[in-house]
Amino acid sequence: MLSLQFWLWAIVGGSCALYIAIAFRARARSTADFYVADRHIGPIANGMATAAIWMSAASFISVAGLLAQNGYDASVYLMGWTGGYVLLALLVAPYLRRFGKYTVPEFIGDRYFSGLARLVAVLCLLIISVTFVIGQMRGVGIAFSRFLEVDFTVGVAAGMGIVLVYAVVGGMKGITYTQIVQYVVLILAYTIPAIFISLQLTDSPVPQLALGGEYLRDGAASGVALLDKLDQVMTDLGFSAYTAQKDGTLNLFLLAATLMIGTAGLPHIIVRFFSVRRVAQARSSVGWTLIFIAILYTTAPAVGAMVRLNLIESIQTGPVGVPTANVAIDTLPDWMNRWSKTGLLAWEDKNGDGRLQYYNDQNQRFAATAAGYGWKGNELTRIDHDILTLANPELAQLPAWVIALVVAGALAAALATAAALLLTIASAISHDLLKGLLLPQLSEAGELLAGRIAMVPAALFAAYLALDPPGAAAEVVALAFGVAAATLFPTLMLGIFDKRANGPGAILGMLSGLLFTAAYIVWFKGWFYFPGTAMAPDTPDNWVLGIAPEAIGALGAVINFAVAYLVSRLTAAPPGPIQELVEDIRVPKGTEPGVAR
Amino acid sequence: MTPEQRTAYWRANLNLLAVLLAVWFLVSFGFGILLVEPLNGIRLGGFKLGFWFAQQGAIFCFVLLIFVYAWAMNRLDRKFGVRED
Repeated sequence: MLSLQFWLWAIVGGSCALYIAIAFRARARSTADFYVADRHIGPIANGMATAAIWMSAASFISVAGLLAQNGYDASVYLMGWTGGYVLLALLVAPYLRRFGKYTVPEFIGDRYFSGLARLVAVLCLLIISVTFVIGQMRGVGIAFSRFLEVDFTVGVAAGMGIVLVYAVVGGMKGITYTQIVQYVVLILAYTIPAIFISLQLTDSPVPQLALGGEYLRDGAASGVALLDKLDQVMTDLGFSAYTAQKDGTLNLFLLAATLMIGTAGLPHIIVRFFSVRRVAQARSSVGWTLIFIAILYTTAPAVGAMVRLNLIESIQTGPVGVPTANVAIDTLPDWMNRWSKTGLLAWEDKNGDGRLQYYNDQNQRFAATAAGYGWKGNELTRIDHDILTLANPELAQLPAWVIALVVAGALAAALATAAALLLTIASAISHDLLKGLLLPQLSEAGELLAGRIAMVPAALFAAYLALDPPGAAAEVVALAFGVAAATLFPTLMLGIFDKRANGPGAILGMLSGLLFTAAYIVWFKGWFYFPGTAMAPDTPDNWVLGIAPEAIGALGAVINFAVAYLVSRLTAAPPGPIQELVEDIRVPKGTEPGVAR
Repeated sequence: MTPEQRTAYWRANLNLLAVLLAVWFLVSFGFGILLVEPLNGIRLGGFKLGFWFAQQGAIFCFVLLIFVYAWAMNRLDRKFGVRED
């Protein structure tokens, strides 16, 4: 049996070397290569690369954990992070591909006939992409440091170095091929453990079916559905049922809407659809992207539910209330001891019985029952849901190569997303700020060089913030979705669907959406997320109508739409050529001979 | 393409969008959030139906919607002679 450390070096090290080798083979030689892979990527390959970008460190690591922790309520993340692709396919991607330029701010600048609009769009893009990339750098750092047994700072630096090498050399063209490989690594890393655990707990090897399958008790049929069993063990311990709704409907609705609209407004995703050859391919490529994403996002609910059940059953090993049914602390499973060293998992024997009790001690009705058992509070004092995906293979006692594969998968997810974000930031600087606004006479070679150089400070800045993040990575990412929903999406959509929308409308719309959304988030989260600077505690009692800061972007989008619509109608209509441009992007160019245009 | 053809093409596109977005809203916000409680009274194998839509069903519908859109638009492009090959 080869050791875990061997497999880590073989699989993690080998995959990283492969990413760099691919980027060198397919390196960018022109600005068209660098920004849009010369528009020569097929729709299926593009879908796979986009899926790799989409599934960030946060999706790979956190989604199953969020589901395990919040049950039904976390469904809005699943729907939000997939439903946005319908908006992208129907309302944005094909038209921007037809427009046929390189960046999102470039479209906004041309469509609204305004350098200022382009500048505001660049500002929004930078806020969105920089906040997003911090979380990725952190993910890379955690994966490297924990598993290669180096310091976190070294982990972040190593990850940043790898991303920089292959993104700078490869450009959009190189990272596309790298991302296809990264997709394969991450999806195998996600589904293989899920299949193992499905076979252990249910009668089906397919995680999507296993979630609705029959629960197996030590390999024997139990006659109870898995989800019913989970609802049962959770309510027995005073928790709400897994499948029951806990949060308010308005908040869940707005959170799903914010994530969907935000998804359709993320620049690093939109530009992927600039890299296919035809408008029709831009449409189908979004569909392929969603298929590849859906494989992970429909596996996650099974992982979440099964991890929760495994966790409870490894602590509560028999009927609730029987003293010997709680696991003795000196016989805790290895994975618990290992993860407790990270501080992300902790327990405390409050009643001094040498055994662990895990239950909901906030439930008043259950308190009397618990006291009757001699329990003095929940003893699993800390369980960070981010560890559940990584601990899952250990929890299910899978072989060492599976554990190494999961680490490589998390790393692939973080690297793919980080590279795409760095490229988007670099394009905004070299193409929109330098070539577009400051130095229009810049040569193509100069622009390509500027794009490559711009990635270095972007990566250093992101790595610096990742070392000392002002807030938890997942919280900061919420800001990116809120801002994307409230700024870029409405402006892009009106630019295509409302011929009357003009520059002043777009600028004021974006700024009002940005200010409203940022203000609401800052009010509860603090200035730039620094603790102690919030105006009110971030708790449901303080939120307006129970709307969480993470869910406010949808209202920001409504404000943007309303302001842009009204201001456009109170000011002069866009000039004739701009109205013709809108007419043009609504219809594919067509190449069949003899068809008049 | 004449201005009339352009208008007809765009109108057909908007009608298609209206239908598909209505389905999009129904399966996610409708079945997955607003109507989840009543739908949970119905079983689909080991799933409660509302819960299934929220965690799996809506996602399958999203994939179908995009491919239906791509297929219908290809037909429309061909009908108006603007298909790019």
